[in-house]
Amino acid sequence: MSGEEFVPLSLTPMLIGVLAAVACALPGNFLVLRKQALIGDAISHVVLPGIVVAFLITGLVAAAPMMLGAAAAALVSVVMIEAIRRLGNIEPGAAMGLTFTTLFAAGVLLLEQSDTSSVHLDVEHALYGNLESLIWLDAIGWSSLLDPLALMGLPPELGRVVIALIGVVGFLWLFWRPLVLSTFDESFAQAMGIATNRLGVALVMVAALAAVAAFDAVGSIIVIAMFICPPAAARLMTNRLEHQVAWSVVFAVLSAVFGYIFAGYGPLWLGFDNAVSAAGMIATVSGLILMLAACCAPHRHRSGAPVA
Amino acid sequence: MNLELAANMGATPKADIPAESPLAIRGMTVSYGQKPVVFSVDMTVAESSMTAIIGPNGAGKSTLLKAALGIVSPLAGQTLVFGKPLKAARHRIAYVPQRASVDWDFPTRVIDVVLMGLYRELGLLRRIRPQHMEKARACLERVGMTDFADRQIGQLSGGQQQRVFLARALAQEADLYLLDEPFAGVDAATEKAIIDVLKSLRSEGKTVVAVHHDLTTVRSYFDRVFLINTRKVAEGTVEEAFTPEMLNQTYGGRLATGQIDQLELAAG
Repeated sequence: MSGEEFVPLSLTPMLIGVLAAVACALPGNFLVLRKQALIGDAISHVVLPGIVVAFLITGLVAAAPMMLGAAAAALVSVVMIEAIRRLGNIEPGAAMGLTFTTLFAAGVLLLEQSDTSSVHLDVEHALYGNLESLIWLDAIGWSSLLDPLALMGLPPELGRVVIALIGVVGFLWLFWRPLVLSTFDESFAQAMGIATNRLGVALVMVAALAAVAAFDAVGSIIVIAMFICPPAAARLMTNRLEHQVAWSVVFAVLSAVFGYIFAGYGPLWLGFDNAVSAAGMIATVSGLILMLAACCAPHRHRSGAPVA
Repeated sequence: MNLELAANMGATPKADIPAESPLAIRGMTVSYGQKPVVFSVDMTVAESSMTAIIGPNGAGKSTLLKAALGIVSPLAGQTLVFGKPLKAARHRIAYVPQRASVDWDFPTRVIDVVLMGLYRELGLLRRIRPQHMEKARACLERVGMTDFADRQIGQLSGGQQQRVFLARALAQEADLYLLDEPFAGVDAATEKAIIDVLKSLRSEGKTVVAVHHDLTTVRSYFDRVFLINTRKVAEGTVEEAFTPEMLNQTYGGRLATGQIDQLELAAG
């Protein structure tokens, strides 16, 4: 494909897919190790009622109120999960399940009952996003990357995903040591004076930031898949956390790139004349990578004693 | 009666806490739900001593340590470490949690776990320098685990895991060592290695407190005991407090007379 065609039509969606995948996979490493991976699922579901409520209040389909609504909903869900877990004295997985199904159902209900269907706010969009539509019409080829005027026309989702990724990387870089310590041995970390509870909430909020930015661009399917699949596959490749994080980035990038290509061209290669959802295909590729890792990766056997 | 109120009434005034004690606990009360696990417990640890915390299962031994360290929040009670509030003295404490409390499948190496003991020194972003690696390796050598530095922690036996935990505590270069069941499920060689290290710590003037299960080794390992069954039963030197009457009181008659006779014999 030539630059004239690739840059305006495929470069930005692919880039947004890659950045969103990496932004979710990075905190996913810690969520998976803390057995909190489902919290990504919870966040990506509760974002829906947040967006609907933001629309109902403001009447705008603008990015700012939607992002704020989504972030607020993510915060509410984190508080709800903690409250249910502590007050009900039940395991975190159950509290997450309770929270996200309820809030997602509330979101769907709101969506059905309100007038939002006319303004391109629908369940399908929420699930799959619309990666293919994030095109860069101002671009005429590779040279546009150096053209300030054309760069102004980049889809705004790109900027938001970049900001989210910077936030995620900055948080992990700054708090790497206490995060590792409290993930591996919480009581030792507490005895050292590390505020493990606050750190845990901060991790979830950073994951929520990534989820909300990614949700905006690519829908919740990718968010859920990227929190879990690349880190889980990466865990099977190595026995060192630093390497695991690096592998998870590699897998996230591979999923996004190949998922996007397969979605656009896969059906053509197979003789069909349509394309399939890029978000769905990216999630599928990440699942295939996890399957391959589970079959063939070098460190797929538990070496420690099974955890009760 | 309200549990918190009761605990506060039982608390001793602050005045009688000896400032020089490495660990002084007053009126410590912890409950999980409605059930008190530790009730109004006072403890005064003597400097450069080795104290065994002894009591039946569920007597609140581990909980007492965790409450003293602020890992679980007590309903009432206060802790002074070398005469200072916990917050001001955390750097003088090394804690060894129960081995079974962590997931040993965590993707990390032995040496990385020992380096975790240097967290206070390294902080958030300081680089790990050769002198830090040297210190970590020296701690591994002290527990006889030098050859395992680059192993993934899941590949270790239970005893080796316990030694790595002890090495991490050594890296903290603390003055007070609190260990939760350091001998649980370890092999004889490890038990010997651990007790040797603990005794050498004591001879360096450090203070050791360990939750301990095996009554037959109390006399040979420790110089002081603290008997607990939700409430404190006795505290003192092994001669004073590790007596059949006190043990009976602690275990509520659950120790067979044969066991107590054996202990007497060991003492004999």
